[in-house]
Amino acid sequence: MRRKSYHIQDHSAEANLFTRRAIISFIAAAGLILVLVVNMFHLQINSYQSYQTRSNDNRIKLQPIAPNRGVIKDLNGKVLASNEPSFSLEIIPEQVNNMDETLAALQQIIEISEEHITVFKRAIKYRRRFKSMPLKIRLTEQEVAKFSVNQHRFQGVSIEARLTRHYPFEKYFTHAVGYVGKINKRDLERLEENEQIQNYTATRSIGKLGIEKYYESQLHGITGSENVEVNHRSRVLRQLDVIPPKPGADLHLSIDANMQKKAHDVLDGNRGAIIAMDPRDGAILTFYSNPSYDPNLFVTGISQTNYSKLLNSKDKPMLNRVSQGQYPPASTIKMQLGLLGLDKGLVTTNSTVWDPGYWKIPNIEVQRRFRDWKPGGHGHVDLLTSIKQSCDIYYYDLAYRLGIDSISEFGKKFGFGNFTGVDLYEESRAIMPSRQWKRDRFRQPWYKGDTISIGIGQGYWTATPIQLAMATSVLVNKGRVVEPKIVTGISQNGVYSETATKYREPVTIKNQRHWDAILKAMYETVNAIDGTARTAFAGAVYSSAGKTGTAQLFSLADDEEYEEESVAERFRDNAMYVGYAPFENPTIVIVVAVENAGGGGSNAAPIAREMLDLYFGLGLSGRRHITQQNDAIGVPSGTN
Amino acid sequence: MVQTENERRQSSLWFRFHIDLPLLLGILTLMLISITVIYSAGGQNVDMVIRQVMRLGIGLGVMLVVAQISPFFYQKWAPHLFVVGIGFLVAVLLVGDMGKGAQRWLNLGVVKFQPSEIMKLSLPMMMAWFLSNYTLPPSFKNTIVGFTIIVIPTLLIAKQPDLGTSLLIASSGFFVMFLAGLRFRILIGLFAGAAAFLPILWFYLMHDYQKQRVLTFLNPESDPLGAGYHIIQSKIAIGSGGLEGKGWLQGTQSQLEFLPERHTDFIFSVLSEEFGFIGVLVLLAVYAFVIVRGLIIAVRAQEAFTKLLAGSLILTFFVYLFVNIGMVSGLLPVVGVPLPLVSYGGTSIVTLMASFGILMAIATNKRLLAS
Repeated sequence: MRRKSYHIQDHSAEANLFTRRAIISFIAAAGLILVLVVNMFHLQINSYQSYQTRSNDNRIKLQPIAPNRGVIKDLNGKVLASNEPSFSLEIIPEQVNNMDETLAALQQIIEISEEHITVFKRAIKYRRRFKSMPLKIRLTEQEVAKFSVNQHRFQGVSIEARLTRHYPFEKYFTHAVGYVGKINKRDLERLEENEQIQNYTATRSIGKLGIEKYYESQLHGITGSENVEVNHRSRVLRQLDVIPPKPGADLHLSIDANMQKKAHDVLDGNRGAIIAMDPRDGAILTFYSNPSYDPNLFVTGISQTNYSKLLNSKDKPMLNRVSQGQYPPASTIKMQLGLLGLDKGLVTTNSTVWDPGYWKIPNIEVQRRFRDWKPGGHGHVDLLTSIKQSCDIYYYDLAYRLGIDSISEFGKKFGFGNFTGVDLYEESRAIMPSRQWKRDRFRQPWYKGDTISIGIGQGYWTATPIQLAMATSVLVNKGRVVEPKIVTGISQNGVYSETATKYREPVTIKNQRHWDAILKAMYETVNAIDGTARTAFAGAVYSSAGKTGTAQLFSLADDEEYEEESVAERFRDNAMYVGYAPFENPTIVIVVAVENAGGGGSNAAPIAREMLDLYFGLGLSGRRHITQQNDAIGVPSGTN
Repeated sequence: MVQTENERRQSSLWFRFHIDLPLLLGILTLMLISITVIYSAGGQNVDMVIRQVMRLGIGLGVMLVVAQISPFFYQKWAPHLFVVGIGFLVAVLLVGDMGKGAQRWLNLGVVKFQPSEIMKLSLPMMMAWFLSNYTLPPSFKNTIVGFTIIVIPTLLIAKQPDLGTSLLIASSGFFVMFLAGLRFRILIGLFAGAAAFLPILWFYLMHDYQKQRVLTFLNPESDPLGAGYHIIQSKIAIGSGGLEGKGWLQGTQSQLEFLPERHTDFIFSVLSEEFGFIGVLVLLAVYAFVIVRGLIIAVRAQEAFTKLLAGSLILTFFVYLFVNIGMVSGLLPVVGVPLPLVSYGGTSIVTLMASFGILMAIATNKRLLAS
């Protein structure tokens, strides 16, 4: 028991040793607690500001709020482009672990076509990071409910209520109003360039075509912002403060939806264009290109199948025939040439030309016969007859004597060969040929023979229907050149303002009575017993004037007869008509172009008639009150 | 005749039921803090609070039962208990259940438990028993034997792998050695040895996820969304609490769930965020009170065995809270040690409360020596 006794002996020494060790332990523990306290002091007191900021950065997110896009309305206030609330299924790809699995699982719950998935996969490549992308829009209530039950299974997938652009008139306004589509990479680059990118942080769609594109900056509005509190999954819990967005401006058109529908109905089955415009201020009343298509397809991303169907259709529905369709103007420009002849003194209202049914360039050995549309000819033809009967020989002769330089110069004053200034980006200049143009285009000199067919609006000369409407308005306005416009009013914050009417350098002639001579000839075309548009307008309750045109697309040999039946449909003549009404104080200029329909008098004029019947039937003639613009811009009135 | 202080204490009702009142008050205060913070950290989940209250209640029950057992019972059975504990640790390595990539649980059919919890109590008992059999300070030979006793369970637990617990258990054994008078020469040699051991630990014993934690600890900002996320969010929670805190239930880091493991390992961050520096000082003061009380009990104990055991248990308790607070505030790597008596959860509360029961038994069981 040696150990035991030794133990007892040293008991108090051991106790002292233990107490010392306990005190050392206590001091060590106190020291370490002090270390903790100092560290906490450093974190909570010294670095408080920095951590406070980081804590707020965690929970407070600045979110942009998209402004409501302005709506577009027709003459009667019918909404042509609206914003419809809809639920869409959206995905933030960055938050999804396995996209294919997620999509497959979603397909189990909600019907999502492969088409949608293809479109979605393409779209997510061109998109800002961490921005959600719609997979399917316009979900039904049932689909919303089905997904909501399963939401927990899908990280990064959510249902969002958004406003989606909607075009209730579908195909009727496509080429005028256009459409919006998802913002793509190219749009982003352009926004970046224009320093507009900040204003689009919350925006998903942007104008891609038509008015929607041209007036993008007015329609869009100013993006607002809000500070929201979010949790660690970035789910928004509450709003802390907000700067409300400013909605975009509403646009008002002078186009009447009924006229637009009528234009569709009368062109149904044909390719062509109808444009009507108020000659007083250039306001467009009808703007329709057939065939058309449903712009709603593009709003959320069109499927590849539908897109290639549109793109590859031989009827080219995506072509805006009103402002991009380049047609030989044919006889619809004879008035301008006649006027130029009068002004240059090459013809008078009484002088005549002998029309045996053909015309030959004088003093040239190798003779090519230029034929009149009427076999056997019109006999002695004066200016009035040359227009109302559309005599070709008169204008072969006149063009030959005028020469290309003066025709080209005069034509440009009427707006040919240039943009009309209409508020659309989809516009073509078409061609007002000149020596310079031919040299640039073909590296060839201008031949005298080239001028002859220019005389009847053929050859190299092409024009868009909107150019013809503008040029005809110049006649109606006796020289005043008004640019066409689709948007005639803009309301911003409830304040309505008319858009400015834009004038160009007026067409001036020496004798003002020459205008009346030309306009009278157009009147006769419609109203005289032998006028080419007489049949089409027989019995009309309003007075109107106009000019028919038939554009040859198929060159005949000198001795060949044109036979409609034997010519392939695509090479048949284009039917053209330009007209205006009422004859006194006109309020509407109308242009009809129908491709491969045949003669203008029998195929285009009746369409113009139907349109004008509706126009007057609806009482639209007295609808628009134009406050007369500054007369100084118009034609000087003292020279006659 | 005036009662001596000892006599007065020993005659009190508390003493008769083997309860040390100051220690009990300290523990109850910590429990109250626990319930308050868990209610907030759990997103005002009442079920969670009820479960924690039940667990704490069971813990108090265990403490009271253990307090009734004489410390000499442990002294007598310490070696047997240690051998059984080692047996369990070997068993868990052979047939244990997997959980989070580690074998920690032993399924005895009726109960599932972690044998390492037994070792938390059994190792200091074994060490105290062994060293108190000889005169103190321990001889060189006994020092070697003592370290061998420590190393065996430490390695077995590290192999599970449960690095946090193995270090805590090693330190509980070490504290017995230290309190028994381990010479400073040996202590310094020991630290040198530990430093030399570090590379072996890194290359042969640590798992990849453990290495990752250490690397993250050294530079948490290197991977703010990955492994460093926990510690960064925790520091933001603590720092943004400031002096007075954001208020109870108002901590954005915890309420909006930026802070991970809010109610378990990172509960201290929630407390710091909502109650600020003042709250932290209050908590640390309560802990300090408990520790000082534990040390007083140890010093007052009259046997070498009870002194060593009590001292080791209370110092281990300190290590728990130091490691946890150090880890969530970025001073130490994240090793998964709960904040004692405050964190939500499991077996560790029972073990802790059992150790407080032993402390109370030591405080109230006096073999009156002849003066």
